[in-house]
Amino acid sequence: MTTLTLVKAINAGLRKAMEHDSKVILFGEDIGPLGGVFRVTDGLQKDFGGHRVLDAPLAESGIVGTAVGLAMRGYRPVLEIQFDGFVYPGFDQIVSQVAKFHRRMDGAVAMPITIRIPYGGGIGAVEHHSESPEAYFAHTAGLRVLTPADPQAAYLTIQQAIACNDPVIYFEPKRRYWDKGEVDELQSALDLSEVADPWRARIMKAGSDVTVACYGPMVRTCLEAAEASTDISLEVVDLQSLSPIDYETLASSVERTSRLVVVHEASMSGGIGAEIAARIGERCFYVLEAPVTRVTGFDVPYPASRLEEYFLPDLDRVIDAAEQVMRY
Amino acid sequence: MSVVQLLTPEGQRVSHPGYDINLSDSELRGLYRDMVLVRRVDTEATALQRQGELGLWAPCLGQEAAQVGSARAMAPNDFAFPTFREHGVTWSRGIAPLDMLAMCRGVSNGGWDPQVHRCGPYSIVIGAQVLHGVGYAMGIQFDGAEDVAVTYFGDGAMAQGDVNEAFVFAASFSAPVVFFCQNNQWAISQPRDQQSNIEIYERAAGFGFPGVQVDGNDVLAVMAVTKVALERARTGNGPTLIEAYTYRMGAHTTSDDPTRYRLAGELETWRLRDPIERLKVYLARQGIADRSFFDHIEQEGEELAEHIREGVRGMVPPRPESMFDDVYAEPHARMDEQRSKMREYLASFEDYVG
Repeated sequence: MTTLTLVKAINAGLRKAMEHDSKVILFGEDIGPLGGVFRVTDGLQKDFGGHRVLDAPLAESGIVGTAVGLAMRGYRPVLEIQFDGFVYPGFDQIVSQVAKFHRRMDGAVAMPITIRIPYGGGIGAVEHHSESPEAYFAHTAGLRVLTPADPQAAYLTIQQAIACNDPVIYFEPKRRYWDKGEVDELQSALDLSEVADPWRARIMKAGSDVTVACYGPMVRTCLEAAEASTDISLEVVDLQSLSPIDYETLASSVERTSRLVVVHEASMSGGIGAEIAARIGERCFYVLEAPVTRVTGFDVPYPASRLEEYFLPDLDRVIDAAEQVMRY
Repeated sequence: MSVVQLLTPEGQRVSHPGYDINLSDSELRGLYRDMVLVRRVDTEATALQRQGELGLWAPCLGQEAAQVGSARAMAPNDFAFPTFREHGVTWSRGIAPLDMLAMCRGVSNGGWDPQVHRCGPYSIVIGAQVLHGVGYAMGIQFDGAEDVAVTYFGDGAMAQGDVNEAFVFAASFSAPVVFFCQNNQWAISQPRDQQSNIEIYERAAGFGFPGVQVDGNDVLAVMAVTKVALERARTGNGPTLIEAYTYRMGAHTTSDDPTRYRLAGELETWRLRDPIERLKVYLARQGIADRSFFDHIEQEGEELAEHIREGVRGMVPPRPESMFDDVYAEPHARMDEQRSKMREYLASFEDYVG
């Protein structure tokens, strides 16, 4: 076991994936000598060379569009989008090309492209640097969406995302980049039989009164809430995969607790929480003691950073929601 | 630099200081055959749309020389990235005419295996495929291979961000790619002179690679210019922008009505520059082909048209649940769930034959 930050864990996972498969190449803005603005690719160009870690011109559609051609040529591109709010210039290539190509070609061409996006707020950033756009991608058929919550998960799931023959949008919780955790570096996702399935949700803390479904940056928040909640016992489920969502694990938890609170930073309406509420409503109608309740960002553009503490779900809002569902 | 031309509209062979081409008689006859048969496929598809057999068709009428000349210049392992109008390109890459029509018949969103034919799908989003071509070319470069990617697009696409980003990326990586722009004068209803203040080929200079303007209705000149650009890319010297100056003699698509935005006289002017007629005159005058050859090709065209008519009418929709196939390359629970729900629902109808 090694103690690594989430940044270092992804870096180690990328390194492992590149060692395993010479077709894995990294492509993005400032990822070479600089190592990316968050240093996730630090040292990789030095060790693997400029033909494996490529600095791209500053154009997101260009990065994603050329990755489609690289995939057609047999490469396994891993792209870095510098910040959540900068993915939109590449949105057309992602939803119209990357997501659809395999279906359009009747399966003749795969798109094993991983698109890494640092996302979420809580770091006091300027506009366009704190967004949570995951629902757009989870809504798009043909894409898979993963988001790790801690260094160990990040180390494994980045390797699994790269090994996957489908395109994976990989959302990295940037406010947790510097969180440390134990990582078993000997373990590699490339030996799939021995590691956890990345598409399954994880029960992070068992509890009996309320299931709290969360992902990415909110997992730590919800674990802290569970710790602080003395009267109500919270079961914390890290969804990890937002497309597909593992309803088996989630529903079996709700069948035990009869109550569900969904927590995410992204705005409420049309979000992941809405989808989960509908699905759990269908599956767990007879056991639910309270409506599925959401704790989310508001339906406003991400506010100026001095206001973000009012926008972002925190420990108190999670406990408040748990108390609400207990009152039914 | 002047427009590269090797065959005048009157069918006279002329020379150009920068470009030349020497083709055997059988190669020349082959180009003629390609263009005539592509036009026959195109007119037949247009007719089938009018009869309600196809949902839509984007005619390539008038652009046969630009498409056939450039695609026939490619080596077998080079890779083409066409738009929805490039029937002359797909024909030249060996794609069966019925496969070209599958999308417009509504039975597929693709039609062929790109790896087999070394030709991507018809791209409908304007300019998106140009980036794919550049990425593919970067892959060629990383492989140390000598193939070249050829991307096709029109004058309208020159305004797209993706096309301009493709130019930037190709220049940055010195990627082995040829940008083949068919300037057919019209982006649906917008004329070329409203789209840009300078000639299309001149824009290459701003990106740092050569641009060349060729008579797009002269199959010999198109082929000569494309061969030079391919060789340049193949030998590690990077991209070239070719502007093939041509004319869309038909509508943008079968849903379009060009009489609302352009004058009939313009079409008449371009009829005199027809790409097929000038090669025919040249072949006949030089004694490379005779009456019986031309008649034979006409006959072949009629047989092809008959084959297309029958084939299209025989193209039936795939099974409904096939829409769930190949959405993902790896197993996906949501696809399985929704597929079986659809199956169950359809089976609930008494008259459903599964």
